[in-house]
Amino acid sequence: MTFEEIYKVIKEKFGDYVGELVNNPPSDAFVEVSAEKLFDICLELRDNPELDFDYLMCLSGVDLPENLQVVYHLYSMRKKHKFVLKVTVPKENPKVPSIERIWRSADWHEREAYDLFGVIFEGHHNLIRILLPYDWEGYPLRKDYKEPETYHGMKVPY
Amino acid sequence: MATTKFIDISFSKIESDRMRLNVGPQHPSTHGVLRLEVELDGEVVTNVIPHIGYLHRCFEKIAENMNYQQVIPYVDRMDYISSMNNELPYVMAVEKLLGIKVPEKVEYIRVIMAELNRIANHQIAVATFGLDAGAFTPFLYLFRDREYILWIFEKATGGRLLFNYFWIGGLANDVYPTFKEDVLNIVKQVRKTNKEIEELLIYNKIFIDRTANIGILPADVAINYGCSGPVLRGSGVKFDLRKDEPYSIYDRFDFDIPIGTGEVGTVGDCWDRNIVRMREMEQSCRIIEQAIAQMPESGDVQSAIPKKIRPPKGEIYFRAENPKGELGFYIISDGKDKPYRVKGRAPSFVNLSVLPEISKGYLFADLIVILGSIDIVLGEIDR
Amino acid sequence: MEVFNVFDRLFGENFLSALVSVILPLIFLIIYALIAILGELKISAWIQERLGPMRTGPYGILQPLAEVIKLIQKEDIVPAGANKLLFNLAPYVIFAGSFAGFAVIPFSAAFVPAEINIGLFYVFAVGAFAVIGIVMGGWASNNKYSLLGAMRSASQMISYEIPGALVILSAAVLANSLDMQKITALQSGPFWNWYLFGGPGDWSKIWVLPFTLLLSLIYMISALAETNRTPFDIPEGESELVAGYHTEYSGMKFAMFFFAEYSNMFIVAAILTVIFLGGWNSPFGNFMSGFWWGVFWFITKAMFIVFVQIWLRWTLPRVRVDQLMYLGWKVLLPFSLVCFIFISLYRIVY
Repeated sequence: MTFEEIYKVIKEKFGDYVGELVNNPPSDAFVEVSAEKLFDICLELRDNPELDFDYLMCLSGVDLPENLQVVYHLYSMRKKHKFVLKVTVPKENPKVPSIERIWRSADWHEREAYDLFGVIFEGHHNLIRILLPYDWEGYPLRKDYKEPETYHGMKVPY
Repeated sequence: MATTKFIDISFSKIESDRMRLNVGPQHPSTHGVLRLEVELDGEVVTNVIPHIGYLHRCFEKIAENMNYQQVIPYVDRMDYISSMNNELPYVMAVEKLLGIKVPEKVEYIRVIMAELNRIANHQIAVATFGLDAGAFTPFLYLFRDREYILWIFEKATGGRLLFNYFWIGGLANDVYPTFKEDVLNIVKQVRKTNKEIEELLIYNKIFIDRTANIGILPADVAINYGCSGPVLRGSGVKFDLRKDEPYSIYDRFDFDIPIGTGEVGTVGDCWDRNIVRMREMEQSCRIIEQAIAQMPESGDVQSAIPKKIRPPKGEIYFRAENPKGELGFYIISDGKDKPYRVKGRAPSFVNLSVLPEISKGYLFADLIVILGSIDIVLGEIDR
Repeated sequence: MEVFNVFDRLFGENFLSALVSVILPLIFLIIYALIAILGELKISAWIQERLGPMRTGPYGILQPLAEVIKLIQKEDIVPAGANKLLFNLAPYVIFAGSFAGFAVIPFSAAFVPAEINIGLFYVFAVGAFAVIGIVMGGWASNNKYSLLGAMRSASQMISYEIPGALVILSAAVLANSLDMQKITALQSGPFWNWYLFGGPGDWSKIWVLPFTLLLSLIYMISALAETNRTPFDIPEGESELVAGYHTEYSGMKFAMFFFAEYSNMFIVAAILTVIFLGGWNSPFGNFMSGFWWGVFWFITKAMFIVFVQIWLRWTLPRVRVDQLMYLGWKVLLPFSLVCFIFISLYRIVY
């Protein structure tokens, strides 16, 4: 199925919660969805036999000037088609439902997005830092990140 | 000086008859700085929690301050064992955004280098897997063969392990005159040694007892966890990006996809993952022979390199088949000459997350073998 | 051939001859250990297609000396919380166990330090000291990894003593004696008189030939397990437990562990030689035989078995601990029992 056809199926089912399809080649096409219905949309994407997205390729966080964004790249092994979802949340309250129950690969990816951007995934069973030390403060990949002066008595910037 | 706070992140309270053993971060067999917290009931593993981040080098943050061209050495250092395969998806992603088509000769050299590096990587994987099971000698045979490959890389690019060779739009320099003969000699030697390793190690009864029926990964669990590469193919799923989503010129070559069939033991055990790697080495030899035969003699490898690399606004996710799995790069560009966001989706990062699932209920010695069969490198897990 | 103790003849049966009889094997052991260390390095290098040590002395001959000097001058570290007495004693207990076995090894018709008529039984009994030493070392180190290694080693060694004992029992039935000198003397003559091929006797020994071959194989395997060599080197499993029960040892005590390991290798090689390969007998019958030739033949055969042990270490992968137990109890034990029954039947009939 092409991107447009998949988009049509999702749009019919979820209506307003699904945004517009943005498609400018050579850039990838993507769809923005709202954070509230993300879990149901992903469940539909996985369980619908026509769509059959059983493989989450990548889950990344993006720091936009005003909000935080989480990007999901999905792939179907059997049908061999792709899909890209985006969820935008404000920086003051960056809560996104966790989809680790749907695709287990999201487990560590969501921990990484939390670690580097501060996006809080609700429903994750163990949302703690993964790459940085467990008691680090701050979210490094945000554009306005300032390094702490010391960490346990060691000087950080050099 | 303040002391480090200990944060207990175990999933459940440890019971009184269980022992918590710490494996790592420095350990003779964990393929890098990886800390495993293992909960043991006697010798049986009941839970494993991997702790990573010891090699975090802030690649993604640094990449936001570098040119597209300057990011390439950083990409090298993700999976430092097979650097050519790391550069390939990144360079092809940026070329796709820019809309550049590289000359034929460049494509062929890229494929040959990538496949040579795939052989080198699998040699290390099989060698360290044998070492984890206690066999010391295959390690030395395979490393000696790997030396020959590294000599070719050194003559062609100047580096043995980290190259900065694939540039956006072409290569750093052309290959040297006797490149073709050297590569064909390597292919002969690799085939010879692989036969010896099969007799010595792979079909050895003790080795089979150690690795068959251990760490069984069912196919649907593998797909749900996002595994890729030999881990996925060892579970019987015939999926290889070079055939299912051909990039570069892989659609011109004739090669097979080896999968695990449960030849000795069950489908998806450690032995299957290992034999997939052995057979993939043979398939890489086939691709290299065909590429050498088809490679054009003349061509300027630097003709398509743009003066200014300034992709238009947009984003792209491009993935390629690394020896360890699917390496993907998600690049967001905002029109400037530095990327806005580069995310490397490393195969070992996702493959390692399946370790707790497949090692429950086995003995402690099996845990080391299972970890060896997943074949991780911490450089790309932590970036 | 007449058997006697040459030093008894020279010095009379007094304390001096006993002292010489003790010191001589000790000196031999030290020289043998140095050669075995060099042999291991060079043989492993040859198998792995590399050169091994080449710089210390011509072709690396002085490497063992360099290693000994290095280990002697190292700092002796005792971990905090370790039981000091047991920690310091453990290497010496292991060494004492294997060196005590040298008392009954017949180097030649003219020399066995103590002629005991239960020689084989004695050497097996003192070999069990090693288990005590290993458990002491592992527990007293105050280290989880050492404890795991020591426990594994203890269970491994105790399990594999049983097939080994059954082999020795069969050999005693065949030879009608436990005295090592007598067993060796019985095998005099050309090499088809060795117990490997059924022992001295006429063509009736063809019935017992497959069983003695099998017995020697069983003994070789349990010998590898007794000395903790690959494929049974789980206690020192390098890629799993760092170094098992001797993780926390450094300097002279670490050297003692390795000395004890090489000494153990020689003892099991010596027992195998005495029982199955004819001890100090020349394989050509009366040609090249005599008291001094006896020493030469004995050492050559024992060194060959040591070479096989080193060769196996670098070729085979390691066996897992439960597979090891399976092999010892469910494979070797039934086979050795069957062999013992057949050999006893043969002895009754012939």
